[in-house]
Amino acid sequence: MRVTIHATGLGLLFLALMFLIGSSLAFAVEPDEVLDDPVLEARAREISREVRCPVCQNEPIDSSNAELARELRLVVRERLVAGDSDQQVKNYLADRYGDFVLFRPPVKATTYLLWAGPGLIFLFGGVGIFFFYRGSRRQKAPVPLSSDEQKKLNQLLTDKNSKGDSA
Amino acid sequence: MIAELGQFAIIMALLAAVVQATLPLIGAERLDSRLMNSGGQAALIQMLFAVLAFGCLTQAYIVSDFTLLNVAENSHSSKPMLYKITGVWGNHEGSMLLWVLILAVFGAAVAAFGRNLPATLKARVLAIQAMIGVGFLTFLIFTSNPFTRLVTPPLNGNDLNPLLQDPGLAFHPPMLYIGYVGFSVAFSFAIAALIEGKVDAAWARWVRPWTLTAWTFLTGGIVLGSWWAYYELGWGGWWFWDPVENVSFMPWLMGTALLHSAIVVEKRNSLKVWTILLAILTFSLSLIGTFIVRSGLLTSVHAFAVNPERGIFILFLLAIAIGGSLTLFALRAPALKAGGIFSPISREGGLLLNNLLLSTACATVFLGTLYPLFLEAIGGGRVSIGPPFYTNTFVPVMIPLLLLVCVGAHLPWKRADLLGVLGRLKFAGLATIIAALVAWYIADGGPLLAILGLGLASWMLLGTVSEWADRIKLFRAPLSTSWQRAINLPGSVWGMTLAHGGLAIAVAGMIATTAWKVEDVAVLKPGETLSVFGTDYRFEGVREIIGPNYAAVEGTFVLSQNGEYMATLKPEKRLYNVQKMPTTEAAIHSTFVGDYYAVIGDPDGAGGWTVRIYREPLVTWIWFGCGLMVFAGLISLADRRLRVGAPSDKKRTQLTSKTAEASS
Repeated sequence: MRVTIHATGLGLLFLALMFLIGSSLAFAVEPDEVLDDPVLEARAREISREVRCPVCQNEPIDSSNAELARELRLVVRERLVAGDSDQQVKNYLADRYGDFVLFRPPVKATTYLLWAGPGLIFLFGGVGIFFFYRGSRRQKAPVPLSSDEQKKLNQLLTDKNSKGDSA
Repeated sequence: MIAELGQFAIIMALLAAVVQATLPLIGAERLDSRLMNSGGQAALIQMLFAVLAFGCLTQAYIVSDFTLLNVAENSHSSKPMLYKITGVWGNHEGSMLLWVLILAVFGAAVAAFGRNLPATLKARVLAIQAMIGVGFLTFLIFTSNPFTRLVTPPLNGNDLNPLLQDPGLAFHPPMLYIGYVGFSVAFSFAIAALIEGKVDAAWARWVRPWTLTAWTFLTGGIVLGSWWAYYELGWGGWWFWDPVENVSFMPWLMGTALLHSAIVVEKRNSLKVWTILLAILTFSLSLIGTFIVRSGLLTSVHAFAVNPERGIFILFLLAIAIGGSLTLFALRAPALKAGGIFSPISREGGLLLNNLLLSTACATVFLGTLYPLFLEAIGGGRVSIGPPFYTNTFVPVMIPLLLLVCVGAHLPWKRADLLGVLGRLKFAGLATIIAALVAWYIADGGPLLAILGLGLASWMLLGTVSEWADRIKLFRAPLSTSWQRAINLPGSVWGMTLAHGGLAIAVAGMIATTAWKVEDVAVLKPGETLSVFGTDYRFEGVREIIGPNYAAVEGTFVLSQNGEYMATLKPEKRLYNVQKMPTTEAAIHSTFVGDYYAVIGDPDGAGGWTVRIYREPLVTWIWFGCGLMVFAGLISLADRRLRVGAPSDKKRTQLTSKTAEASS
């Protein structure tokens, strides 16, 4: 297997690796995997979109063509048929393959920062903007023009107006 | 011989860049005009040598010169000519050469179009631009040389990855790179302004066209990549929140924020420090994007060690560029004078809120993309961050942004009456509710969030249109007057209206395909019919075809609705001769209301074939909407106020007399 693919452009490396790793010709969900019960099948699809194929490059088992992904898709369906809830199926997989297989990282000590991050950044920026407005309100009002300056300004304005009229 | 010429050319380009990075800087310090002027000449020389080097490599690809390691590894004599040429940047070394070429072209363009720039500012901008060039040319020559010869050349090459053998390769990477590299000009202007200690409306007016150019190309590049993935991967998906996509999306989000904040600097001389910071961050994200992909860091932290030489070099360059510029910012930014004051409810206030939301969105993507790397690096275990994370974090940030786009566009500068603006939007609001109800009726219920999302998109579109109608006094003045006003609207106003409208249309497409995509997979024998969402797909069978460098199986599907013929789809499954790699070529029938998408899979050994059918509602709206945004960027660039300092006296008098006529 060649791993040192030199793809160019974003997305290309991704495209390239994805296909190189799945060496089998099979392609994503095969007709023989599909459950007869459409409700269960829909749940299986929903779950397998959120489960990462452990041997692929950032790909859910739902669309992966790797052999392991196929096995995991079958495991998901087995567990569903056995009566597991969606969360139980995901826990079952995470227990065996680690949190790595879950595209929705579980909320725990190592991921608090991840989940809280966007909110914190928004809050941080919001506070910054609040102080920006408060600071700008405190700025001194501009000093009014002295009578000399006002005279000069008036003169300049009349000069400009008379020029404009002649144009 | 030609390869040696190329080698010589990149070394000469490096030397020119070194000159360009130093002499003008000294000249600007000493106010020596000869030294300052050398910057423009050096920029031109650097560009000519970069063009020469790129031409040499292209020639090697065209004639399949396998004595070059790069050509032997990435090309093949039987490859069609289009892919021989596009294959030049279909690999690491070649794409870095393209990067350097585009950088040099931008430098020369600043030298050529920047005639009305103050001499010291121009000299410093060119010097900073050249420093980036020095970094990249050194990287190219010492770690990624495309002109390395082979002592024993192979009889034929390894071929280009079949997935890349697509017309998409001709446009997607160059456009993306023009976008990335284009932000270097805004960066150079920002650093030069920090050195000069001066940012004013004129500075913003010079920076805006460059930022706009970069943004327009980056938008086009991302959309082309998304479209390419959509038709090439065969899943009917167009965005996967993959790290490689995310790193192109981050500079886009930041660049969009920069585009908006630069308007405030230009019109109101405010938010200067923030705009400088945005310019630095946007290009930093472009650098991070390029390098994170190039260093292999994304696959895993461990892949970094596969090629430590490149990785360390990259890290070093990033530290200098980003660390250096942020340090300079910290030292010099406090000296920049604050500008005009405004109330939170005003055009400026709206643009600031836009910046806060876009920055938060960008930070969210940054966190999602790099968190697994950080966590793994500190030994915190491996996590995967995929679409569910972004649905829960990115989308909530985007909702208020999209909601406020048309409100912000209605606000006047300095201080605004929010109730008055909302009053002017009441028709848009009413029409939005009707549109959402119609969507609800057509979709027969459907997910409530998707209906609300479509409502949001129509609110954005109608609000944008109503703002445009306000400007031209549509239905409030005679139509001829409105027509005249529409013609006289500046390009930048047309740009804003089209870009916001395009975004609204694209958002509607994104929501509809996500919520109402239908997918079916089955084994069909020739003559059998699969019915998906009211459309019958009759499978006519397969035939084998031989391409220039691949063999393929082509299936034929005849589509009909209620017995009425619609289209014939011929998806292929190809096997490329050299790399023995299968690819799918989906067949797509595009209509205004959505795509009919068919993929042919494997035979089951008993006369049947695996067949995948996707129904993608409104997916064409995504491409159309994003295309409109690119068009908007071009229209806005054509605004002559961006090209020259101010309208000429002649033009101004004409305009005044026209408005005088209109008002009388």
